[in-house]
Amino acid sequence: MSKLMYAKTHEWVKIDGKEATIGLSDHAQHELGDLVFINLPAVGDSITAGETFCDVESVKAVSDVMAPVSGKIVAVNDELENAPESINNDPMGAWICKVEVSSVPDDLMDEAAYAEFIK
Amino acid sequence: MAKRTPLYDLHVKYGGQIVDFAGYDLPVQYEGLGVIKEHVAVRTAAGIFDVSHMGEFIICGEKVEAAINGMLTNDISGMYDGQVRYSPLPNDKGGAVDDVLVYRISARSFLLVVNAANTEKDAKWVVSHLPSDVSFANISDAVAQVALQGPKAEAILRKIVPDAYVPKKYYSFVKDAQIEGMRCIISRTGYTGEKGYEIYCGNLDVCKIYEIIMAAGKDEGLLPAGLGARDTLRFEAGMPLYGHELGEDIPLNEVDLGFAIKMNKDNFIGKDALVAHEPEYERVGAKLVDRGIAREHCPVYLGDEQVGIVTSGTHSPTLGYPIAMLRIKKGLRDGLTVDVRGKRLRIEIIPLPFYKKA
Repeated sequence: MSKLMYAKTHEWVKIDGKEATIGLSDHAQHELGDLVFINLPAVGDSITAGETFCDVESVKAVSDVMAPVSGKIVAVNDELENAPESINNDPMGAWICKVEVSSVPDDLMDEAAYAEFIK
Repeated sequence: MAKRTPLYDLHVKYGGQIVDFAGYDLPVQYEGLGVIKEHVAVRTAAGIFDVSHMGEFIICGEKVEAAINGMLTNDISGMYDGQVRYSPLPNDKGGAVDDVLVYRISARSFLLVVNAANTEKDAKWVVSHLPSDVSFANISDAVAQVALQGPKAEAILRKIVPDAYVPKKYYSFVKDAQIEGMRCIISRTGYTGEKGYEIYCGNLDVCKIYEIIMAAGKDEGLLPAGLGARDTLRFEAGMPLYGHELGEDIPLNEVDLGFAIKMNKDNFIGKDALVAHEPEYERVGAKLVDRGIAREHCPVYLGDEQVGIVTSGTHSPTLGYPIAMLRIKKGLRDGLTVDVRGKRLRIEIIPLPFYKKA
């Protein structure tokens, strides 16, 4: 059973045992506007919860994407490189990377809490 | 608190995401549309912008033409009534106080249209350089403006005004036009690189005029467009933006605006400074060779030497790749890189404008 959680920095993370899938929330893509570029991390990179591991650019600005959990990247969604707008069109489907989780911070929110957070 | 233009409630109605720009609450983009859709609409159909924040001055008098001409790098002598001309407004050092549009209403009456952020500064500057027998009025707060831009702009305009009110030539205007009885100036000008019109009217009429245009454009693909698209459109068209490509400390003979700087004109403010200043930098266009987007202020390098900066940069919605305008030392072409957040990306100099309408 996977568990969907959100970070305060507007990333979603689906945790399934030791593996987690990470993407940007619908709220984040909406606030950023049309995404035109993504600087993806690489398989094998270590990421640390709360630190930047990727950046996305809209027409107007660049924004950091923060790691919602700590771990080691085991897969990257390379398709986003040529189609960053997939994050706008389908934020829950357009995952950025999968990680082997080493630790999960205790301030992640479930869907209801996140919905309240972005109100 | 930021000022609101008379169109504020309509922006909210159409889903405008409001930001503070030059002291005005204006839509950066519209809900459900966004910069790219709005930009594409202007390139392929039409878009309508609220540009009521722009400043307008009326300057009148017997010797008005000479008085204004002495304040501009471009030459406004010999214009006809109903003609528009672009010009930088130079300072004593040869930099720019602003860049403006000059409308000749008659031989003794001109309209100056200035950038919103500079309106107060420009008013002081212009007044301080006018002779006492020329009168000046800052009518910015009474005048609203909408820009209708794009290949369908003319067809839309023709649905709402008779032929006599449609200005025929680029950079010309009709002074006494009316839209459903509401008086306005219709000018064939714009800041997008597309065919289009700018309509000046009274604050009380602008909401009605906006809705009349929206209704007329419904079947033509007209969309409301915000500041975001305005910036990407002018940028692709290679047009400078004050505060980015132009400024008080940027000599006007370094900005690729030679067409608007008439060094053979008798005299104008800053002419001596420009004559004395051998251009060191130039404004050029570039595309990114490596992946990434170079933004304003990113430093430009030739080897390890910094040779300039990016003045505007983003992903071009029309071209589909990132482009930038640079202010770099003159004559450099090959081997340039730009520092984007600590990474050196290769760039290639390409001609301006990036986009020219077919």
